[in-house]
Amino acid sequence: MRKWIAGAALALAAMTGPALADGHASYPARPIMMMVSYGAGGATDFQARIVTMTAGNEDALGMPIAILNRPGAGGRVGWNWFATEAEADGYTLAAYNVPHFIAQSIEGGVSYSTDDFEPIANWGADPAVFVVGADSDFDSMADVVAYAKENPGGLTFSGAGLFVGHHIAALQLEKAAGVKLAYIPNNAGGAGAMRAVIAGEVLGGVNNLSDAFRAQAAGNVKILGVFDLERNAFLPDVPTMKEQGFDIDNASVNFRGVMVPKGTPQEVIDRLAEVVPTMFENKRVQSRMEAGGSPMAIMTRDEVIGMWAARQETLEELLAGL
Amino acid sequence: MDFLFYMGDVFTPINFGLLLLGTIGGLILGATPGLSPTMAVALLIPFTFQLEPQQGLILLGAAYTSTVAGGAVSAILLKIPGAPANIATTLDGHTMATKGEGAKALQLSFLASAVGGIFGVFLLIFLTPVLAQWALAFGPSHLFWLAILGVTVIGTLDSSSVVKGLLAGCIGLWLATIGFDDIMGAQRFIFHPSISGGINVIPALIGLFAIPQVITMFTKGRSSDDAEIISVKRHPIRLAFVEVLRRKTALFIGTITGSIIGLIPGVGGQIAGLVAYDQSKKFSRESEKFGTGHSEGVIAAESANNAMVGPSLVPLLTLSIPGSPTAAVLLGGLLIHGIFPGPDLFMNYPQVAWTFIDSMLIGQILMCIFGLYIAGLAARVARVPHAVMAAVVLGLAVFGSYSVQNSMGDVYVMASLGVGMYFLERFGFSAAPLVLGLILGPIAEANFIQGSMIANATVGMGSYFFTGWLNWLLILIVLASVSYSIWMEIAQRRYTTKDDAVAKEEAMS
Repeated sequence: MRKWIAGAALALAAMTGPALADGHASYPARPIMMMVSYGAGGATDFQARIVTMTAGNEDALGMPIAILNRPGAGGRVGWNWFATEAEADGYTLAAYNVPHFIAQSIEGGVSYSTDDFEPIANWGADPAVFVVGADSDFDSMADVVAYAKENPGGLTFSGAGLFVGHHIAALQLEKAAGVKLAYIPNNAGGAGAMRAVIAGEVLGGVNNLSDAFRAQAAGNVKILGVFDLERNAFLPDVPTMKEQGFDIDNASVNFRGVMVPKGTPQEVIDRLAEVVPTMFENKRVQSRMEAGGSPMAIMTRDEVIGMWAARQETLEELLAGL
Repeated sequence: MDFLFYMGDVFTPINFGLLLLGTIGGLILGATPGLSPTMAVALLIPFTFQLEPQQGLILLGAAYTSTVAGGAVSAILLKIPGAPANIATTLDGHTMATKGEGAKALQLSFLASAVGGIFGVFLLIFLTPVLAQWALAFGPSHLFWLAILGVTVIGTLDSSSVVKGLLAGCIGLWLATIGFDDIMGAQRFIFHPSISGGINVIPALIGLFAIPQVITMFTKGRSSDDAEIISVKRHPIRLAFVEVLRRKTALFIGTITGSIIGLIPGVGGQIAGLVAYDQSKKFSRESEKFGTGHSEGVIAAESANNAMVGPSLVPLLTLSIPGSPTAAVLLGGLLIHGIFPGPDLFMNYPQVAWTFIDSMLIGQILMCIFGLYIAGLAARVARVPHAVMAAVVLGLAVFGSYSVQNSMGDVYVMASLGVGMYFLERFGFSAAPLVLGLILGPIAEANFIQGSMIANATVGMGSYFFTGWLNWLLILIVLASVSYSIWMEIAQRRYTTKDDAVAKEEAMS
């Protein structure tokens, strides 16, 4: 027994020794954890599991990435933990959702902002779309806005919560169309908001393109417009808001990617920034993402830094009136 | 009868092997405190990446079915409900186990689970289109009234008096307000970083049920040196069958309540067991025996929580909306293979969809067989000396709370709630109403806020919450439930004097 313990201790020393000796050159030396601030089964969780599944390959990080869910309060719980308690050693990553965390940091009451995180790479971009029930009288955004003009504040439409992409899209629509709408945040997230539309509890809703695409395929909803700069490959027939005469940009598009806490060693950030985008480009990852109806948008660290800064500016302006 | 046509696919060697693996693995995961069905299914998702869609779903379906039933094992033997679905099982099940009837309790719970579960899957097979409409019928106003109905149950649930039951429920409702609120994101009562996400139900459950029991075991060890020997009674499986069939009312109420409530998105799974327990208590001829190790309590609770499994998948399979967290994880398992659930699912992928449903049906039966097999062995847990038992339960409680989201904060929450509950129990309060308050609080609040936002934008509060047959039906049930409790209170004068409390305390220790 004693011999066995001694052997185990030696083996352990052998394993950790090199890692301690030559600093970060052998990073990663053990499995990595990635925090997702939404529950298991949500779109972010689902996609995070797919895009990290090849991390253990020799040509990628050579170590697996395990997903850990810390859901609550629209992502605030997880990101608060990540900003204040997560160790900045490169073994704790997190998934980010823009514009959610930026909007929440502008709203206040949380202990993070863009300055507390270092982006690594972006994997996906899920635009918001406007949906109505399959048997609704509305056939275009013009119909929706006409109704809202007749009934100020009476057009009820659902979304996944306050200070998330859907809420931003709702604010942009109100501003661009010059009408007052009744945005109803749902406590059960995007799935709950979609249910409210299908059940006819609300007249319409803002939802994720990927979920709306499925609901439309199932014959439950009509998609009236995309809150993005261009039409989406999944929905080539659905016009953008701009095409329908509303001056709305892509500020509400839900960008998903990987980040680390501020203070992570620069060598580790460089290594991750180099390897992680290649993981996203893996053919197996791409085919799984496409099968699941999840639009991808791979961006490098520098591109994400620029995107975060641009969002910060737009959102500060948009949320200033609230 | 498509489901019979594809039944053969379940029995190919690989598929059946996976079904066995999912069932046995699910029972073990379900019996582990802290591993809820949602987490168990999420843990298995990576394995399905390598499998064919059909095989992956067989594994997930079998695991979902048997984790729900496996939760009864720790609820009965250790008084740790692994998930909210098993709370009601502890009330009578654990009392039976401490009397040496653990084997009987486990056998009853697995048999009742199988009956409820098979009924639920048959509902899924035959009535899916009808049920889909029902799942959509519950809007914010209805969910609000449903949560209020749950609150009225609180008073009569396992307490020495209605007032104490309601008080415990109020403590639960208060605990539920801690953290960021679900809709507005406002911060409430956050006095320590570990509760910034609110009180997670699973650590709370473990703490409230297991810790008082651990403390009681430790104190007992100090006072009496001669540890009592509980003789574990053997219980032939044949008698368990007879017992389950004899308790038709409980089985019927449990199965029906579980199926109906299981359909309601977001609410069902958590309260189905408790509502069924309460209803069968009210309808039973031996209602005073509930809570003292009565077999009807176990049968009602367990048939309800497995009956909910089939119907809880209706919104996912027909409308492509996951109705529960577990269904959301299953949705991921489908999407990863490029299968979009919806009304066309059974047309486009009949082989996948029907084999999945068939595997849940066969899974229920396998689960029952394995469950009955382990029941006799597992019940010997009651013979473990108190000192050892206390240490094991404490270890499992810490492990279970930590594993929910790898957080020591949850362990602190579990420990402090548990110690608080120990003192509350000495004053005749009990954990079940408190947990029910904790679960119902957010449902009632979020739906009231959502409902009032919709109401203010459209028809106004009065007509939104008080029109429509479903609203009135729920309001009438609420009124009936309240008047029944008041009537029982007057009829029975159910309050505890100091002497009673002392007597109960002595009986417990």
